[in-house]
Amino acid sequence: MSIEEQGLRETAPESDHGQDGRRLQHAEAATKPVAVKPSAAKAAREPQPRGAKIRGDRPIDQAEAAERFLAAPLHQKAHDARLWDLRGKRDVAAFGIPEWEELRDLASRIKTHTLANLDRYLEEFEANARANGVHVHWAADGADHNRIVHGILKSHGAKTLIKSKSMLTEECGFRHYMAGTGIEVIETDLGERIQQLDNEEPSHVVVPAVHKTRFDVAEVFARTMGTDPENDDAHYLAESQRMHTRPLILEADAGMTGCNFAIAETGTVVTCTNEGNADLSGNVPKLQIHSIGIEKLIPRIEHLGVFIRLLSRSALGSPITQYTSHFRKPRAGSEMHMVLVDNGRSERLGMEEFWTSLKCIRCGACMNTCPVYRRSGGLSYGATYSGPIGLIIDPTFNKRKYSTLPFSSTMNGSCTNVCPVKINIHEQIFAWRKVLAEEHQIPLLKQGMMKAAGQVLSRPAAYRAAIGAADSALKVLPRFAVYNPLNTWGKGREMPETPRQSFHSWYKQNRMTKQDGAK
Amino acid sequence: MRIGLFVPCYVDAFEPEVGIATLELLERFGLDVHYPFDQTCCGQPMTNTGCHAEAAATEALFVKNFTGFDYVVTPSGSCAHQVREHLTAIPQTDDVKAVRAKTFELVEFLHDILKVEEFPWAAFPHRVGYHSNCNALRGIHHARPSELNKPYYSKPLDLLRKVKGIEIVTPSRPDECCGFGGTFSVFEPAVSAKMGYDKVTDHAQAGAEYVVSADSSCMMHQKGCAARLGTPLKFIHIARILNGAAA
Repeated sequence: MSIEEQGLRETAPESDHGQDGRRLQHAEAATKPVAVKPSAAKAAREPQPRGAKIRGDRPIDQAEAAERFLAAPLHQKAHDARLWDLRGKRDVAAFGIPEWEELRDLASRIKTHTLANLDRYLEEFEANARANGVHVHWAADGADHNRIVHGILKSHGAKTLIKSKSMLTEECGFRHYMAGTGIEVIETDLGERIQQLDNEEPSHVVVPAVHKTRFDVAEVFARTMGTDPENDDAHYLAESQRMHTRPLILEADAGMTGCNFAIAETGTVVTCTNEGNADLSGNVPKLQIHSIGIEKLIPRIEHLGVFIRLLSRSALGSPITQYTSHFRKPRAGSEMHMVLVDNGRSERLGMEEFWTSLKCIRCGACMNTCPVYRRSGGLSYGATYSGPIGLIIDPTFNKRKYSTLPFSSTMNGSCTNVCPVKINIHEQIFAWRKVLAEEHQIPLLKQGMMKAAGQVLSRPAAYRAAIGAADSALKVLPRFAVYNPLNTWGKGREMPETPRQSFHSWYKQNRMTKQDGAK
Repeated sequence: MRIGLFVPCYVDAFEPEVGIATLELLERFGLDVHYPFDQTCCGQPMTNTGCHAEAAATEALFVKNFTGFDYVVTPSGSCAHQVREHLTAIPQTDDVKAVRAKTFELVEFLHDILKVEEFPWAAFPHRVGYHSNCNALRGIHHARPSELNKPYYSKPLDLLRKVKGIEIVTPSRPDECCGFGGTFSVFEPAVSAKMGYDKVTDHAQAGAEYVVSADSSCMMHQKGCAARLGTPLKFIHIARILNGAAA
C-alpha cells in the first residue's frame, strides 16, 4: 500500500499532478489523504484502539472490540473516511467502463469454471511450473506450508527472508511460526511492515494498516526504529522506513511473495502491487519462494486481463496496480520454489452454500463498502480475514471461534454488489447464520429469545394479548429489541413512542363491518 | 382485485397510521382490501438470526392468513423481501409458493402493478431525504443501487415526484445502510447506533426536514438516533405522503 492510502501524507497538492499538470489517476496519488491540521495534531492524539481479545477457541466478541474502536473517534472517523473514499474511487473507475457488469460476470464464470475443474488445472500448473525449472511443493495446511518453507530456507542456510504481503501467509501464521526458527522475516509492503513492527495482524487485505493514523505510525517507528517520536511527517516516516529496510532487502538471503493469480497454462505466478516490493522480494535474493492458495488458479493467460481490469479498480479505484509482475522461471544462478497451499480450501470447495467464496480475488472492495467494517476496524473481527468476506470464510477455519462473525453484519448487500467476481456475500452471511443456529453455535440467550418470539408471533391470541394491553407494546415489540435484560436498544437510541392504539384495534373499531373473519 | 393487507408487527404496534394510510391509499384505487385479522408477523426476526426452525410456525400462520388473495401488499420492503426470498422454513406447498410470489411491497405494487400515474390528493411542500431500506433496495430492487453500473431508476422517487410541492434532497451517501439490521440493532448496539447517527446527520446536512422511507423499521431506529443526538429531523412513511398526509 502507499503512504497516501495510509492517510499519512501531509497535504502536498503538487504531488497529485504529473508533468503535464494533469491530476494523476494512479493509486499512489489519487487517494486523498485525510487532512489533520498540524496545529490540531498534538491535541488530536488518541491511543490506537486494539483489536478483538483472542481467548483460544472462544467466540470472538466483535461487538466489544468494535465498541472500543468507536470510542476512539479520531481513528474511527479517519478509517471510515479513507475507506469510503476508496469506495467512491471504485465507483468512478467501475462506471468508467461500460461493460463493467459483464466483466464481473465473465470473471465470476472463469472462476466458477476453474474451481469446478480445479484438480485438472492444478496438475497443469504443476507440470508447467516444473517444466520451467521451478520446484513445486504441496502443503495440506498452514503448518505444512510453514514447515516446507522453513525447510527450504534451512537447507540453503538462509538467515533472513524478505517477503511481500500475502494474506495466505497470514492465514498460515507464517511470521509467528518463523519467530521461533532464528530466521528473520522482513515484510516489505509498507503497511504490512508497520503491522509487523507493531506486532499486529493486518486489518485489511489491501491496506493492512488503514486503521492506524500517522501519529500511531510515528509512535511505532520511534519505538522500533528510533525515529523522532514527535515527527509524524509522512515523508520523514516513509523515508526513515525505507532507509532502515532497504539494506535488509539488498542483503536478504531469500525472498518470498504471495500470489494474486496462478496461470495454469504457463505455470506463472502473477503479483499485483503498488510499491514494487514483490519484485524486490522475488528478484533480489538468489532464492525465491512463492506461496499460492490453490484457489488462485486461472486457466490461461488470456483470462488474466479480465481480472487485472477488475482488481485494482475494485480495490483502490485505480485502473491497474503500479506493478503487475509475472514470475515464471528462476533467473540464471537462482532457485525458485512454489508452494501450493490447501489449508481448508478443498473442504470449502465441497460446501454447497459456501464454495463460491473461493472465487475471491482479495480486492477488499467488500470491506471498503461495508458500513459495519468501516465503523469497527478490521482487527475487531479477530481473524485473518475481516469484513464481509471474512464473515463467510472465517467460520470454515474454526466454526466455534468465528461463530459470532456472521452476525456482525446488517446484511445490507452492498458487499455483493461491489464484488468483482460476484460472490453472493450477504446471502452467504444469511446462510451461515442458519448453519450456526442449527448447530447451536449461537448464544443460548439469542436462540432463546428467538424461540420466545416465534412462540408469541405464531399465536395470534398470545400476540394480541401482549399488544392489546394498554401501553404494553414496548414490552413485546420489537420483542427482540427491548425484551431483553440489557435494553441494548435504549443505550444509544431513544425508545419509540407507543401510540394510543395499534393498527389492529383501530381496524377493529373502525372497519369491522367488513367480513375479514374478525372475532 | 382482492388484496390482502399485511401490516407488519412493528407497524401494527408503533406506527398504526402507516397501516391506515396504506389501507386508505389502496382503497382510493378502488381495490377490495382485506385485513386478515389473525395476522402477526412474517418471521423475519427469527429467520435473520438464523433461527429458521423457530420461524416455521409464524411463517405457516402467515401463509394461512394470506392464501387466496390476488396480491398481498405490505408497507415494508424488508417484510416483502422476507416473504418472497426467505419464507422457507416450512414445506413449499403450492399455497406457500403462491403467497410468496404474490406478496408485494407497497411502492412496487403502486409502481409496477397498478402503474399509478398521479396522486392528485397528495401535496407535501417540504424538503425530504429518501431512505432506502437495504432489503427494499438490493433485495426487491426498488432502485438502482449506487454500486452497480446499470441504468438509473428509482421506484420510490418516481412516486414521490408525483407529489405536489415536494423537494427531494440527496444525502452524500444515498444508500448507505442506517444500521438497523433487525436483530443487529440490539446484538451490535454500538455500531448500529453509530451508523444511525451518521445516517441522520447526513440527511440533516443535505437539508432534509423529513426522512421518508418505505420501511418503518429503519425509521424507528433513525428516529431514536436523531432524538438522542438532538438532530431536528422528522420521519414519515411514504404511504402517508402518497395518501395525502399534510405533514
